[in-house]
Amino acid sequence: MSQNRHKELGLTDEQVLHMYKMMLLARKIDERMWLLNRAGKIPFVISCQGQEAAQIGASFALDREHDYVAPYYRDMGVVLAFGMTSKELMLSGFAKAEDPNSGGRQMPGHFGQKKNRILTGSSPVTTQLPHAVGVALAAKMRKDPIVSLVTLGEGSSNQGDFHEGLNFAGVHKLPVITMVENNKYAISVPIEKQIASETVADRAQGYGMPGYTVDGNDPLAVYEAVKNARERAINGEGPTLIEAVSYRLTAHSSDDDDRTYRESKEVDEAKKKDSLITFAKYLQDENILSEDVEKQVNDEIAKEVNEATDYAENAAYAQPEDALRYVYEE
Amino acid sequence: MPVMSYIQAVTAALREEMQRDENVFVLGEDVGKKGGVFRATDGLFDEFGEARVLDTPLAESAIAGVGIGAAMYGLRPVAEMQFADFIMPAVNQIISEAAKIRYRSNNDWNVPMTIRAPYGGGVHGALYHSQSVEAVFANQPGLKIVMPSTPYDVKGLLKASIRDNDPVLFFEHKRAYRLLKGEVPEEDYVLPIGKADIKREGSDITIITYGLCVHFALQAAEKLAEEGIDAHILDLRTVYPLDKEAIIDAATKTGKVLLVTEDNKEGSIIGEVAAIIAENCLFDLDAPVQRLAGPEIPSMPYAPTMEKYFMINPDKVEKAMKELAEF
Repeated sequence: MSQNRHKELGLTDEQVLHMYKMMLLARKIDERMWLLNRAGKIPFVISCQGQEAAQIGASFALDREHDYVAPYYRDMGVVLAFGMTSKELMLSGFAKAEDPNSGGRQMPGHFGQKKNRILTGSSPVTTQLPHAVGVALAAKMRKDPIVSLVTLGEGSSNQGDFHEGLNFAGVHKLPVITMVENNKYAISVPIEKQIASETVADRAQGYGMPGYTVDGNDPLAVYEAVKNARERAINGEGPTLIEAVSYRLTAHSSDDDDRTYRESKEVDEAKKKDSLITFAKYLQDENILSEDVEKQVNDEIAKEVNEATDYAENAAYAQPEDALRYVYEE
Repeated sequence: MPVMSYIQAVTAALREEMQRDENVFVLGEDVGKKGGVFRATDGLFDEFGEARVLDTPLAESAIAGVGIGAAMYGLRPVAEMQFADFIMPAVNQIISEAAKIRYRSNNDWNVPMTIRAPYGGGVHGALYHSQSVEAVFANQPGLKIVMPSTPYDVKGLLKASIRDNDPVLFFEHKRAYRLLKGEVPEEDYVLPIGKADIKREGSDITIITYGLCVHFALQAAEKLAEEGIDAHILDLRTVYPLDKEAIIDAATKTGKVLLVTEDNKEGSIIGEVAAIIAENCLFDLDAPVQRLAGPEIPSMPYAPTMEKYFMINPDKVEKAMKELAEF
């Protein structure tokens, strides 16, 4: 990365350090969840690893006090940036009653928190895209100066809801930003067997909006793309499609073995471009992340993750009969 | 009290709710300038403008999904599916999303959305403009399914659906749109979702049904009254969740029950009604519960001979009622 890029984008040293911390926090919570899973303490993990830069870069380009997000299951970085805490994520991992996402009803990664304007998500992919379009439509009707950001994987860009939702947004020029986190795999099926067009961003053309492909390992590149998209949206110029290309560094989930369909060499190569390494290097070169600061950041995060884990592990489950509640308004 | 048609009651309810609450808006195919293919949204575009009477792209999953998003933001969308038969691309949004959003978010989010769709046959609509699709959705807790039979019920129940804080599927019988007329108060009123309604008091046999079949049963009952058979008719009005208490009361009242639906028999709403009666009314029954329904074929054929063969009509209901009375 060349020098001073963050300043050219209007970001302070403090802000980029904050971005790095949040990327690292997402990574460390994720890694802890894998350990807990392998130790038999939590049944399931689905990972953000490799996509933190895109998630944090995009989130920091938004108004995190007012904008809405419709994340997908890998978006731990997005929900952290929008105000969900480590403790809350761990409560979700352990399926405890206090989990704000679902009270222990949904698998981890099924985010949602109204107070932080994080729309609730499900497992069938891409259903969240029309929801984000609906939020944008409603905001436009009420003349609220906000945007919605919806994220999804590249495999999901084959679903009908992707095309129906983007077309709707394009026709009505709605303030919605769609970011496809292209991690190159839909479970085991690689990108070349998923998408006929050269890029996911190419698909924007059919829906009357610009489409951009950016380096998803570079939080500043993603920040810039989303910031521009937000400006367009707020100015009434309509939606934008952004494809952030990175790599899925883990198996699809804790129930998947990726050695059956991809070479470890390929994963090793991708790890060299891991944003946690490359962005740390940038911050070091900019004299923002000194050894002292790095140690302090690591210590803080380790403490936070430990405390969150302990709290969530010891928290109560919902009562069995709580399963009956909230089918309808009570 | 003014007399209006079934579809005029739909329009009246929409107009009054849009006047009352600026969060209410309509979206769907052809609902705007054209006022709907059946003219259910007639005049709303001129009165409320393009933003609140929104013509959407022809894409049902987006209509439902965008509606869900707008509802989560705090609006009260009324989405129209042009025909109930065309709701299928939106099933994922309705069942995986709308029905489960309150539950899966542990009461954090909710979806105050109404989806209107014309259903039912007898209009030369063939396979894909005639279907009854309620059974597809009637085992999905989180959804409510309303199927009114009279203009009075249409207005009161559509208003209640729009004001409801959970998703409601509101199925309107398309043959009833102009066939049925009735008195509808001009003033604001709502009717309770989840409550069945006795449409005729009687003491010999009980008919439990909904939608257009309520009228077939009422017509048959008038004829049979001349023969001394006094029929009790319960209109389910809400087919999911069912009004168990009203079903049990109606079945117990006469001990002889005929269930009628225009849908195929197997797996239909009336199968569940029969199960409720079987569980609760064994010692009050004087005859096996009878079901009158469409045949087990995929949908209603186009040719008038075959369409008529499929459809429920007053004669078929009368025959079934008479057989039950004589049991």
